[in-house]
Amino acid sequence: MMSVLAQFEKIEPFRLFPKQASNFAPEMDALYFFLTAVSLFFTVLIFGLLIFFVIKYRRKHVDEYPEQLPTNMVLELTWTFIPLLIALVMFFWGAKLFVRMSNIPQNAMEIAVTGKQWMWNVQHPTGKREKNELHVPLGRPVKLRMTSEDVIHSFALPAFRAKHDVVPGRYTEMWFTPTEAGTYYLFCTEYCGTLHSGMVGRLVVMGEQEYAAWLTNSVADEAPHLAGAKLFEQFSCITCHGQQAPTLANIYGTPRRVVRGGKTVEVFADEDYVRRAILNPQAELVEGYPPLMPTYQGILTEDQVNQLIAYVKSLNDTNSSRPEGRPVDAAPMPQGAIVPDPAAASGPRESVMHVDDGIVPFGSATTRPTTQP
Amino acid sequence: MTTVPFDPAFDRPPEDASTPGEHTIPADNYLSNGHSISSWLLTVDHKRIGILYLISITFFFAIGGLAATLMRLELATPKADMFEPDNYNKLFTAHGVAMIFFFLVPSVPAVLGNFLLPIMIGARDLAFPRINLLSWYLYAIAGAMAIVVFAMGGVDTGWTFYTPYSSTFSNTNVVLAICAIFIAGFSSIFTGLNFIVTVHTMRAPGMTWFRMPLFVWSNYATALIMILGTPVLAIAMLLVLAERLAGIGIFDPRMGGDPVLFQHLFWFYSHPAVYIMILPGFGVISEVITAFSRKKVFGYSFIAFSSLAIALIGFLVWGHHMFITGISTYGGMVFSLLSFLIAVPTAIKIFNWIATMYKGSISLDTPMLYALAFIGLFLIGGLTGLFLAAMGMDIHLHDTYFVIAHFHYVMVGGMVTAYLAGIHFWWPKMTGRMYNDVWSKISAVLVFMGFNLTFFPQFLLGYLGMPRRYAAYPDEFQLLNVLSSAGASILAVGFALPLFYLVKSLWDGKVAGPNPWGAAGLEWQTTSPPPTFNFDETPIVTQEAYAYDDIRADKLGLPRPENKGHH
Ligand code: HEM
Ligand SMILES: [Cu+2]
Repeated sequence: MMSVLAQFEKIEPFRLFPKQASNFAPEMDALYFFLTAVSLFFTVLIFGLLIFFVIKYRRKHVDEYPEQLPTNMVLELTWTFIPLLIALVMFFWGAKLFVRMSNIPQNAMEIAVTGKQWMWNVQHPTGKREKNELHVPLGRPVKLRMTSEDVIHSFALPAFRAKHDVVPGRYTEMWFTPTEAGTYYLFCTEYCGTLHSGMVGRLVVMGEQEYAAWLTNSVADEAPHLAGAKLFEQFSCITCHGQQAPTLANIYGTPRRVVRGGKTVEVFADEDYVRRAILNPQAELVEGYPPLMPTYQGILTEDQVNQLIAYVKSLNDTNSSRPEGRPVDAAPMPQGAIVPDPAAASGPRESVMHVDDGIVPFGSATTRPTTQP
Repeated sequence: MTTVPFDPAFDRPPEDASTPGEHTIPADNYLSNGHSISSWLLTVDHKRIGILYLISITFFFAIGGLAATLMRLELATPKADMFEPDNYNKLFTAHGVAMIFFFLVPSVPAVLGNFLLPIMIGARDLAFPRINLLSWYLYAIAGAMAIVVFAMGGVDTGWTFYTPYSSTFSNTNVVLAICAIFIAGFSSIFTGLNFIVTVHTMRAPGMTWFRMPLFVWSNYATALIMILGTPVLAIAMLLVLAERLAGIGIFDPRMGGDPVLFQHLFWFYSHPAVYIMILPGFGVISEVITAFSRKKVFGYSFIAFSSLAIALIGFLVWGHHMFITGISTYGGMVFSLLSFLIAVPTAIKIFNWIATMYKGSISLDTPMLYALAFIGLFLIGGLTGLFLAAMGMDIHLHDTYFVIAHFHYVMVGGMVTAYLAGIHFWWPKMTGRMYNDVWSKISAVLVFMGFNLTFFPQFLLGYLGMPRRYAAYPDEFQLLNVLSSAGASILAVGFALPLFYLVKSLWDGKVAGPNPWGAAGLEWQTTSPPPTFNFDETPIVTQEAYAYDDIRADKLGLPRPENKGHH
């Protein structure tokens, strides 16, 4: 079953250095050359000294015991502080690039990505879907909001020098601005089972107009928020919300007071929050409401959850004034989190630090879907 | 018991080096003392236990090496044409598990540390000889379980056992594999415990902390990591079992768990564990460089303290394995900064080794060749680690062949080379025999060249974006992969050679005598092989480590320089 093979078509000729096709590539490569230059310097220095000493101080006869030299404090301090300084420069440069790559511009176009053993599902804002391919327009910032249906995957675009893990149970994000039209590799880089090396695809960068044409030249699916509206009825969300349950209009992007593990905390209602509220409602109950809502874990697919989120977002009447992503100039935010709007950022720590605890705390009411009502 | 002052230059003068032919194997030594199987399997002699470990880890090195060879054969062509993808996945898991848990973690500490640590501090044995034997049995049981797992079809999770793949998705025998690693962990905890207590309580009179050889310091630092880190791995493994067997939702989000939690627990052990896999190598290199330069090690206390600093900071950098998993930017920055800081004590060691050679009397015997190869390869491994510690750079390099190349430069180019340097350095002490000089030099050169040819192209592959754990890859990566596979075949020959000439030396090797290299150090003062209790009389130490100035003074008939000691 050599099904893995079929997926690799020859995209590029032999090369020793990857093509640069995004806004990050030049800076990444500059850092790479800097690190390589420093490494080369030390490699030549140390190899040179080794070879020189071995030749110069070669033992002349078996009984030779050389004169001993005292330890030299100045030398020790020199070779402590020079490497320290160089290391600090590397640290700052690396951190700066990382911050730039995690600060997603507000105007980025959002594309949803779902990883699944062993394929990538992509849905564009218009509802257009693709599998194992990602088409993006040249020169426009694009943000990927990603999750996984099963195990951890990683969405890697070497020509963009961009990559991020795709983790089940939460959303992670990455962004880039394509700068060079062409076709490039898309790899899964987190080991995910049998056909891990078959979980590959193509990244296609097109001109704005070509992209627009590509979007429309085949039948697109329904836009996600419209599909979400249907699900909202189909799964009877509509029977409670607005009556025994809170209305969902205008909640997206606002701070919510919820009871979590017996304590009332403020949580920022981002995509992750809405997702948790659907899949694990008992873990964070909106203050003042009874624990009526059933879990939809195992009932809805990631795709459907995504459509419901799109629907909830569409219920904001001030949608246009609400920043879609993180303000570019804001302080760096937790990687992978969807960032609160500035109003909420001054709220309790809770609202921004949910990245690592985005999942229900242990021992909370709902651990296994099967035991749910 | 009577005691005699220890005198590195007087007791058994290093003239040994010039007159090796006149020696005989002492009639009473730890090897001659019982030849039955039970005299080995029930031994509590730290030296015999060291030999038991030597044999068992060599076996696992062969298994891991076989898996590596098969992988490199598969990767010689872009298509997955030799193995089903599942089988390739099982190969790299078997390779990683065998090499990490059953070869590299125990290598220097359990073989050379066991054998030498008591001798180097003038003790008769480790503090708990029976626990030492228990460690080996735990290792053997765990190893047998691992073999059963491999024989029953293997595991496909990778040695990292990332959840939720390992806890709910994999259909292979994860449970038994995890039990094996759990038990092997206790073997290493007991070894660590034994080393720490021994160093604290069993040093010979006059053997102050700052007279201890650096090999002892580095094994002491390693032992600290073993007892502090390994329990966390054990917990992580138990939690995977709890989820897999009892369905308790810990890591799988469908059951309310957090898959990333596993990575925190796993790397909290496994990052310090990479220092378990390199610190003891530093110790070996310090010994070998001084012995073959006949110089006191340069910056003794800097090297000693840098080992402790590495052991300590090593516990605080685990997050650098998770920069792109979704940890917070600020958290990541702390991990990144600390990762850069840990590079500094490592750089200090390299500079001090070079300075030790300055104005030395350098002889290129096989152990020294391996030690020089270590410095060169480990340097490249360390420098490329800086690429991965730079957060932005890591986004592009994470989980590509760049990482594979980096950690092989550190673990194979570094630790395996150091282990071979140590084996070749102390082989005459362990067996009383010398091995073939020419063959051993050929093997050192083959290892160095084969290694670079195998792993250097992988840096380029990594920057091109080739992911690790891929059975198939795009055509244009083939040339670099072919180079790598060709290198691996040279490397395999380099690694296989010692097996032949070392075993052969047991029969026809020249008798080595107590101190064939003319080296300073307590272990060279006792016979080769040493008697069961190491010394006929407990040594009294009056010298600092590496007292080459005294040997020199004696040679030249000068008065010995005043003993300055280290404080
Ligand atoms: C004989 C020389 C060796 C060769 C040719 C070799 C080759 C390889 C290859 C091809 C991989 C798979 C890369 C991937 O697709 O992820 C690999 C992974 C690995 N190797 Fe080696 N290797 C060698 C020696 C060693 C040694 C001595 C150690 C440790 C002591 C080691 C530790 C590892 C580990 C931990 C992995 C990762 C396994 C995983 O991805 O789960 N290797 N090696
Ligand atoms: Cu995947």
